[in-house]
Order: sequence, then structure tokens, then C-alpha cells
Amino acid sequence: MSNAVAMTPTEEQVAREHLAHHFDTPQQQFDAGTLGMWMFLATEMLLFSGLFCAYAVFRATHPEVFRYAGEYLDPVSGLINALILLTSGLTMALAVRFAQTGKRFALSLCLALTMLGGVAFLAIHAKEYFDNGQAKLLWGTHYAPKVGPNGKPIAPIVGTVPLTAKPKPVTSAGWTQLDSLAKAGFVVSHSDIMPAPLGPSGVARAQKPAAPQNPFQPANVQIFFGIYFLMTGLHSLHVIIGIIVIGWLLIRSLRGEFGPGYNAPVVYVGMYWGVVDMVWMFLFPLLYLIH
Amino acid sequence: MTTVTGSNFGDTPVVPAKPDNYLTHGKTISSWLLTLDHKRIGIMYLITALLAFFIGGMLAEVIRTQLLVPQGLVFHGTGSVASSYAAYRYYNQVFTLHGIIMVFLVLIPIIPGALGNFALPLLLGAKDVAFPKLNLISFYLYVAGAVLAIVSTVLGAVDTGWTFYTPFSIQTESYVVVMVLGIFLVGFSSIFTGINFMVTIHKLRPPGMTWFRMPLFLWSIYATSLIQVAATPVVGITFVLLMMERVMGIGIFNPALGGNPVLFQEFFWFYSHPAVYIMILPAMGIVSEIIPVFSRKHIFGYEFIALSSLAIALIGFLVWGHHIFVNGQSAELDAVFSFLTFIVAVPSAIKVWNWLATMYKGAIVLKTPMLYALSFIVLFTIGGLTGVVLGALSEDVVLHDTYFVVGHFHYVMMGGTLIGFIAGLHYWWPKMFGRMYNERIAQWTCVILFIGINLTFFPQLMVGADGMPRRYASYLPMYQPYMIVSTIGAYIQLVAFLSMASYLMHSLFYGKKAPVNPWGAASLDWETSSPPPHDNFETTPSVGDPYDYADLVFDSGINGYVRTEKPADSPIPVTARH
Repeated sequence: MSNAVAMTPTEEQVAREHLAHHFDTPQQQFDAGTLGMWMFLATEMLLFSGLFCAYAVFRATHPEVFRYAGEYLDPVSGLINALILLTSGLTMALAVRFAQTGKRFALSLCLALTMLGGVAFLAIHAKEYFDNGQAKLLWGTHYAPKVGPNGKPIAPIVGTVPLTAKPKPVTSAGWTQLDSLAKAGFVVSHSDIMPAPLGPSGVARAQKPAAPQNPFQPANVQIFFGIYFLMTGLHSLHVIIGIIVIGWLLIRSLRGEFGPGYNAPVVYVGMYWGVVDMVWMFLFPLLYLIH
Repeated sequence: MTTVTGSNFGDTPVVPAKPDNYLTHGKTISSWLLTLDHKRIGIMYLITALLAFFIGGMLAEVIRTQLLVPQGLVFHGTGSVASSYAAYRYYNQVFTLHGIIMVFLVLIPIIPGALGNFALPLLLGAKDVAFPKLNLISFYLYVAGAVLAIVSTVLGAVDTGWTFYTPFSIQTESYVVVMVLGIFLVGFSSIFTGINFMVTIHKLRPPGMTWFRMPLFLWSIYATSLIQVAATPVVGITFVLLMMERVMGIGIFNPALGGNPVLFQEFFWFYSHPAVYIMILPAMGIVSEIIPVFSRKHIFGYEFIALSSLAIALIGFLVWGHHIFVNGQSAELDAVFSFLTFIVAVPSAIKVWNWLATMYKGAIVLKTPMLYALSFIVLFTIGGLTGVVLGALSEDVVLHDTYFVVGHFHYVMMGGTLIGFIAGLHYWWPKMFGRMYNERIAQWTCVILFIGINLTFFPQLMVGADGMPRRYASYLPMYQPYMIVSTIGAYIQLVAFLSMASYLMHSLFYGKKAPVNPWGAASLDWETSSPPPHDNFETTPSVGDPYDYADLVFDSGINGYVRTEKPADSPIPVTARH
């Protein structure tokens, strides 16, 4: 396995027992697994990258929304969560080391501490979600806070249509109406669609309707919370999966399965946990520290 | 250098008495369903994907039948606009399902899943792929995705087109969430296959097989896997967002909630344009294997073909914007994407010229795989050149969303990917099942299919240039002659595919036993028996030049090629013309 520690003959025996039939050496098998794991983690990053990209687009087009809505979030709890994840990252790295050196008690202890860190992170985050829900700081049409981030009440926007998630679905009813018009002798061949205002590139650029002026909050704040819940939700899902997998490692570790001869699963999960930690180190400043 | 290689297999009896091969290694159903053998997983992919291809193909025939008459032959109203609307919705569902099935369940997985799984470890002289369990998981993710697609269709078939553009995909009252979840799973199947193949090529190459001594099919599979790994997660998150739109109303793509619908198109095409290279690259790899074998000549420009695969994979990531030319992109971006689209045509052209140079002065044998490879070159060239036409900014504004686009991508997908797949299927068929198909019928089928494809899709290019929009259930009477020819072509294709299905099925039971090396190929997959044993090779084969045919001669006794220790300067064996 790892070159860090010289293996005793019995440990080499253990390494051989875990060798799949299509590999020549344990080292080759371990390297293949490591490469595969790195590639999988790269796809995980790409999964998040879609959300980071959406964040960048909306922050560029709606800077006032991010400035305003970011102040609703509590940077202290975000920071505590960052510290918790950093600590759990350390215990996970130590777990990998203890697995390679064969210190079984220390390995189990570190795995348990890492799980604890993950659970604490989720608990604090759940509290935040709960508070958001209470204050109606949610996505889409569910966004309806009574007070702004500064604690002052928000006046209702006068004269605007409330948000609806779904425009009326296209049904045949509209066509039936056209039918009856046609029967009554009306000409229905003309389109109601306005001609394109811009020419050569073929692009009709939509005219922006004048946004309703609200002195208390910018329009479309709900977008920030949509992105916030998507990013943190996907991250929390990864934390939950991590806790489950580390629990599985803990059980195997208590059975004494890992040692210098065989520790690949601990190494791979350690890589995964490192990436989960790292994503939060990006999410925390992007969402909680907007100025 | 390869002279020593075949010393063991020249003595091997061609059809040993009832040898244990991978097909007979386990006989229970679970020995198939839970197998970790890459060859069996490949066969299961083959069966599933062909089933999907049959369904998608039948839907295509429905589409073509509908378009025989201007008002629609299959779905049409009773005179009122409302009844037409209701009827034409079915047409929308049919072409949507045709697109989804063909793209996500056939074109993307069929070559890597079926032929790649079967041939990749054999070409490497390896016992299996790097992660056999992950391989099986990939297959079942694919099946689960297909099942969800069926469930969604039964509940309420999707009518958005395979592109799921927002905001319509948020509004429509069909089961978009289930369908998109299915595609999400198929996407992860694709990612896992890509990771598996890349790690296999990195870590399981035998001693002596350097990167530039790999068969070219491996290069193309490697480039394909690179795209699968790097692009598919993006469409994964895009479809997650689309599901969130429908389930929770999250608002990212919904203009009614302040979201940006064009962002969906950017995300979607960031995957879906590279995805067409996921489809075409493996087919190019197959053609690169077949052309030298049936020209009895070393591949020309090996490094250029190998590296052009990587070039296509990398440049392919930078062209997605050409799908959004007329959807509100700035003119400056339009120009950049148009330029990059021209650039991506260069590596494809490099491949075509190298194939032609390989054939030049070769002893060309027009066996079925070669006929399909030649068809590929013709059809892919038409498809590729019409792609350059569409990549040109000013022309795209006119041709956008017309039948010209439909004709273009069917030339590439049908004439490129599927013809490449069929070429590979005919090439590896003897190795897969140990039986030879009827060569004469197969050759004629290829000719019929070639005619059918051109009859179907060339009129579509013309009618599109005339202005007929795509995805319409009815059309102006002036387009009818083109549409009739196109439909006749589709029926001819159906005949060809039925013929292919019957002679291939026939060969499974009554075909002649296949020799170890029926085509005279020099790559490692032909060093083992047909079909291969469970562990692929009796002894680890030694690596030589996969395109050196000098010491392979035809033995009419066994109807296959054997290696002889010939002097290096011997001429191309004339018997190859047999």
C-alpha cells in the first residue's frame, strides 16, 4: 500500500488477500483506485461548478440583491461551521495516517471525532435553515420576510403583481377561443407577437420593464435564497453521505480490518472528506461575507 | 518485432473441442445479471441499447409517416384548430421521445458501453477493466434510467423536445421530473464508465504498450471518457436544477421568478455539445481500427489520428455557444464561438485525410466492416461539412431551427455514430459470439442502408435550406416532394435494419464457426480464441505494433489469418484479397 511504512510479511500477506484478480500488484491496485477517486472528486467539483457559475452570473447581473440579501445571513455561525469542518478535516487526515501505521485505537477515535464534527456542522446548519424558514427567507414564491436585514419592517411593494411560479400552462382552451373567433368571421392569422426590435444578428433584445421602485428592498431577492439553498443543500447532502461512509469505516476499523497492509478505503474516504471541507471554504465567504 | 508474438497461437487449434468461453462460463441467469466480466457486461449493454434503438427507430418511422402529407398522416385534427392542437401534441411527444431515447439511451452509451466494454481490455491484453463492480453499477444505472424514461412516458410523455428548454419545460404538464431523473442516472452511468476506462488505460496497459503503441480505438475511447468525466456532471447539476424548478419552484431558470432561461441553454449545451463528440469519437476510433486492417497496410499518421482525438475533445468544450447564436447572445461572443466551431472541424478533417492516405495503394478488401467504414467516411464528411455551414454565423441565423439542422445532425449521428457502431459490431461480431454472419447479405444490407440514409437525410438538408422549420407536425404543400422522398428513405432504412437483425440472429445459431483472426488484424484482441475465455487470454500476449500486418497470412484451411515468421521485407500478402 502506502510506501510510508515498511510492511511485515504478515501485512504483505494481508495486502495480497485484498488483491483483485486483474491487478498484478497491490501497489498497482492502490494507484488505480487513487486515480479513479481523484477523477470522481473532479466530477464532484464540476457538479458544484454549475452552481458556482449560476452564482457568478446572478451576482454579476444582480449585485444589489446579493449585497442586500447577504446581510440576512449570520457570518458567525458560518465561521463556526468552517472551523468545525477544518478540525474534522484534521482528524480525518490523522485517521488516514493512523490507518497506515496500524494504530487501530487512534484510527477509530479519529473516525468517531470526524463523524462528530460532521454532525455538529449539520446541527448548526439545520438551525440556520429553521430560522430562515421562520423568517420566510426562502426561494421563489416562498420568499416573504416581514423585516429587512437591518431589522426594519419591509413595506409592501405597491402596484406590482405578486410572484407566481407557473405562468398559465398552454392548453387547448386558448385555441378553442381562436376557433370561435374564426367562426365568427374574424381574421386570426395575424400574430400577436411583436416584431423583433433589433435587426441583423436576429436577436430580439427584451425591453426591460421599469422595475417597481421599493425603497426598502431590491427586486428579485428570492434568487439569492434560491442559490443559497441549492449550494448549501447540495453541500449538506455531501456531508451526510460522508458521515454515513465514515460510520461504515468506523465499524470496519473496530473490527480491526485496517492496517499497513490494507487501508485503501480510509485513504479514499479521506480524499472525499477533504473535498467536502474545501467546498465549504468557498461557500462560506461567497454567501456569508458579501460586501 | 511481432514475429515471436504469435508462436503460441499459430499452433492452437482453431475450434478446440467445446472449450470453456465467456459465454458458457456460467449458465445461470444470475451469472449474467451479476457478472463482473467486462465481456458479459458489454453484451448486456448491447442488448439493452439495441432494444432502445428499436423503440427509437420505430418512433422515427412514425415521425416520417406523419410527414408524408402536409396536414399530417398520423396525428391530425378534424378541421378545427383546437382539435389539431390536441392531435399535434402527440407528435411533439413522439419526436421528443425519439430524441431522448436516441441521444441518451443509444448514441451516448452504445459504443463505449457495448463495444468499448467488450474490446477495451482485450485490446490492452488485460483481464478486465480497472473497476469491474463499478462497471456493473454503470450498467444498472443505465437500465434504471431507461426504466424511469418508460415510467415517465406511461404517466405522461414529455413534449419539450430532447433539449428541455426552459421555461416551457417548467410549464408543460407532462412528467418532466421523472424523465430528467432518468437521464441524470444515465449521466452518472456515463461518468462511471468514463472514469473506469480512463483508469484502465492509465494503469492496466501491459509492459511494452506505450501511449503511442496503443490501438487507436483506445485513444478515441480515452478522449471520449475525458469528455464524459468533464462534461456530464454539468448536465447533471443542470437537470437537478430543472427538477428543483418543477418540484420546489427554485426560480433559477424561471423568468417569472426573476431567473434566467438562457442560462439553462448555456448549461445544457456546455454538456450537450461535447456530448456529440462523446458519440462520434468512439466511432472514429472504430473506423481507425478497420481501415488499416482491410487495406492490409499500416495506419497512416498514427500520432495525428491519436492526438486529433484529444484535440476534438478539448476544443469541443469551447463551442457550445453556437447553439445560442440567435437566442440573445452578444455579437462578439457569437463571432468567437463561430470561429472556434470552424477550428474544431480541423482535427476531424485530419482524421479523414489520414484514413484516405491509409487506403492509398493498400490492398483494399471490401468486407462488410470495411464497407461500413467507407460509408462512415462519406456520410460523416457530409455531416461535418454541413456542420461548418451551420457554424458560420450569418448562415446559422437563416438556417437555425430548420430541417437543415435536422439533416446535419442526422448525417453525423446516424451516418457517423451509428454506422461506425455497426461497422464495429460487424468487425467484432466473430470475436463476440464465435460465429460468422453471411458476408454477401451483409454487404448488400450495407449498400441498402447507405442508400436509405442518403434518401432520408439529403432531402432534409434541401427542404431546410428552403426554410421548412423543424419540429412541426404540419407543413406547407410546397415541401411535400422532399418529405415523401425522405420518408421513403426511412422505410428503406427499416428494411435494411430488419435484414441486419435477421442475418445476425441467424448467424448466432447457424453461422460458420469463426476463426481466431478472421480479418487479419494485428491488435491483441485477435490473439485470443473466438469467443474469448473467461479470463480473456490463456497466456499474457506480448505487445507488438497493432498495425503491422506483414507477417499475417491467410490460411484457407481455417478461413482465417495466422502469423508466420516471414522476412520483414515480404510484400503485402496477395491472399488478403481472398
